[in-house]
Amino acid sequence: MTVTTPTPTPATEVPSSNGARLVDRVFKMRELAILVVFLAMIAITQAGNSEFLSEQGIKDLLLNATILVLVATGQALVVITRNVDLSVGSTLGISAFAAGTYLQGGGSSVVAVLLAVALGIGCGLLNGALVSLGQVPALVVTLGTLYIIRGVDSIWVGSRQITAADLPGGFVDFGSGGVFAVPYLALIALAVLVATAFCLKHLGGGRELYALGSNPEAARLAGIPLRRRILTAYTVCGALTGLAGALYLARFGNVDSATGNGYELTVVSAVVVGGVVFTGGSGSVYGAALGALLLTSINSVLPALGVSSVWVMAINGFLLVLAIAVDRVVALRVARALRKRAVSSSNGRSGRRA
Amino acid sequence: MTHATDSGPTPVLALDGVSKSFGAVRALRGVSLELLPGEVHALAGENGAGKSTLIKILAGVHRPDAGRVLLDGAAAAFHGPADARDAGIAVIYQEPTLFPDLSIAENIFMGRQPRRALGLLDHRAMLTATAALMARLGVALDPERPARGLSIADQQIVEIAKALSFDARVLIMDEPTAALTGSEVARLFAVVRTLREQGAAVLFISHRLEEIFAIAQRVTTLRDGAWIASEPVDGMTEDDLVRRMVGRDLDELYPKQDVVPGEVALSVRRLTREGVFTDVSFEVRRGEIVGLAGLVGAGRTEVARAVFGVDRWDGGEVDLDGRRLVNGAPSVAMAAGLALVPEDRRAQGLVMGMSIERNIALTGLRTTVRAGLMDRAAERRRSVDWAVRLRVKHARIADAVSTLSGGNQQKVVLAKWLATGPKVLIVDEPTRGIDVGTKAEVHRLLGELAADGVAIVMISSDLPEILGMADRVLVMHEGRIAAEIPRAEATEEAVMAAATGRAA
Ligand SMILES: Nc1ncnc2c1ncn2[C@@H]1O[C@H](COP(=O)(O)OP(=O)(O)OP(=O)(O)O)[C@@H](O)[C@H]1O
Ligand SMILES: [Mg+2]
Repeated sequence: MTVTTPTPTPATEVPSSNGARLVDRVFKMRELAILVVFLAMIAITQAGNSEFLSEQGIKDLLLNATILVLVATGQALVVITRNVDLSVGSTLGISAFAAGTYLQGGGSSVVAVLLAVALGIGCGLLNGALVSLGQVPALVVTLGTLYIIRGVDSIWVGSRQITAADLPGGFVDFGSGGVFAVPYLALIALAVLVATAFCLKHLGGGRELYALGSNPEAARLAGIPLRRRILTAYTVCGALTGLAGALYLARFGNVDSATGNGYELTVVSAVVVGGVVFTGGSGSVYGAALGALLLTSINSVLPALGVSSVWVMAINGFLLVLAIAVDRVVALRVARALRKRAVSSSNGRSGRRA
Repeated sequence: MTHATDSGPTPVLALDGVSKSFGAVRALRGVSLELLPGEVHALAGENGAGKSTLIKILAGVHRPDAGRVLLDGAAAAFHGPADARDAGIAVIYQEPTLFPDLSIAENIFMGRQPRRALGLLDHRAMLTATAALMARLGVALDPERPARGLSIADQQIVEIAKALSFDARVLIMDEPTAALTGSEVARLFAVVRTLREQGAAVLFISHRLEEIFAIAQRVTTLRDGAWIASEPVDGMTEDDLVRRMVGRDLDELYPKQDVVPGEVALSVRRLTREGVFTDVSFEVRRGEIVGLAGLVGAGRTEVARAVFGVDRWDGGEVDLDGRRLVNGAPSVAMAAGLALVPEDRRAQGLVMGMSIERNIALTGLRTTVRAGLMDRAAERRRSVDWAVRLRVKHARIADAVSTLSGGNQQKVVLAKWLATGPKVLIVDEPTRGIDVGTKAEVHRLLGELAADGVAIVMISSDLPEILGMADRVLVMHEGRIAAEIPRAEATEEAVMAAATGRAA
């Protein structure tokens, strides 16, 4: 007895979907909008300073974005589930230092990266376990782990410091090398980004992250293992942050106990500017990555234009508020379009019956 | 009555002496129930009788405090909704549980999406299957559109599609028809009959008794969490069933008082909201009850929302007592004496985490302020008064609204707006999910308000309710007013003809 047995009703083909297309377009537009702002900014800067887009200039732009893109990708997963991870700055710092000390002792680069990732996974598991079991808001829990991890880091690191001179040459070269103007690090970040986006769209677990962020109660009734999914989101976030820590080490070669201090706020800003809604259930990792690219390039654009970098923070803040305002307006528009669509489709329905 | 007799077939799913309490509230007391293959079993009882609680136990959402759940005659321990689902039990919960950000197709298949090789999701198969389900239910909802913004009726249709989408041996439906009109209900019943003939066991809850008689073979009645009777529907009358549910005979269902209409209280002229409704004009006089009928999606709710000011209109005007209302300003409408009881109690009507008392008091904040401070004593008196008048079944008035049964939540929404003492009252599905006894009470109350000179617009999918209560019936079809029928000529046929666009 299958309920999907053929019935006398002829199955229509998928009806044309203006509503869905519109919504789809809006979300694409959201990502497109960031891209446009980004390109405009680059174009203006280039016009004012023709040195800006030299091969080295492009490389710097991408290198600066890489680490933020990685962490923002992980953070986006967590935010989609209606949670947040404020401990990413601390995790980044401690995993970078761990990889550094290991390399200092003459370890291999690959193992160093794996070590950083493992440490990140550890931090992610801790966060995920506390949030999913504790029934305490993620904001509070991860604020706690932010200080705990930073505290452990400070005690362990003390006043020590790792410099590029302590690291194997190959590792540092990898950090600054690349294919033409594209750094290896950026390629790694891009690969991770594409893989994550693919999993979110094409794996059941990925869609379930959206579901539980959209309506946790309904997710529970749909039999989705809430705790396991939240744990997974935090673990992946931790792993990507750990990886970012290792890349940070390769890029800057300089790590101490303050590395990554305050980084969480930049990450969260990037995610929100990128259109990942803070109340969960919507947004994409591509958006978050674009947000990261936009925020980091402001840091390069202003000096190139001769503007003092004291403006950076104010502009970041402005972008954040603007992004939220745009989201709100877009949400209202979409709601309105959907309502119209719903009415006209039901009208079509009753019309058919008549 | 608890054990499978050796003569009949083994029940697919059964409850044996199940009890469940929430704190001091004993929601179920030693209830037994047997669902047989190929049979539609109805569950009847007043608001708060324990029907939804029973369903949640069958669905694995709640664990019983005592008693057993039997699957194919053997004790089953469901640790969560996933266990029940894997055992072939499909459930439609009373309150729609959708993911607003996800598409309708994803909503239907969440947690058990069709897969391709390597465990990847098959998005195409999902869309095709959804389109087929929609065709089977005879609705034209776009599978790719997000669930956000769906009307309550459409949400319920998605829930129904979700339950039909898998190989269910047991189909459990908690008031699936509460927001649907006759045609949608007929479609649903046709599908349910097919399932039954294929051997599925169905459990069905509705406060519309005629539906129970139309679809069910057996009916079990609950009263205050206790089992009253399980008996065949054949040979029973509605009065018998009501007596089992309420424990006494009921007053007349539609106590319509004849009122001589006064001057015009609400006047809506050429109101248009692009793509939603067009050129809607009507007047409501003091003491008059005007029914607004039409199929799901005809635009009734949308007109009400625009008149009240929650949605903007693109053209036309609205006067209340001769005062022009401002487009998109509910506070102006409220100050002028307009009240709207919305259809979606969870999203628009109630603050779920707040107490019953505070919810009722919300609309009256201004009247219960003394010297700039809230007068808590007055607030409580007023809330208790309304809770009693509407027979809200609750443990304490300070309990959160979320702990109430569906029907009792609806009563709180009504109380909240009636407490404002409006001049013009718009009620959108006022008795959705309310039991027969209280329905009569709500109707009596609306009748009294009209007699006191309140102008009432009543939107309802329950046609007998409209015919029983309204002085005039306006019928909407595809966003326009298709007919205006005076009480004397308002018959089910006349209204349905206009609603489906068959009338001249
Ligand atoms: N989570 C809960 N916490 C506290 N009390 C609850 C909870 N769920 C239900 N109750 C109480 O249990 C009783 C039975 O509720 P239930 O929802 O089963 O009623 P129902 O028969 O479905 O009513 P309705 O027809 O209004 O839907 C009610 O008194 C209700 O207030
Ligand atoms: Mg119920």
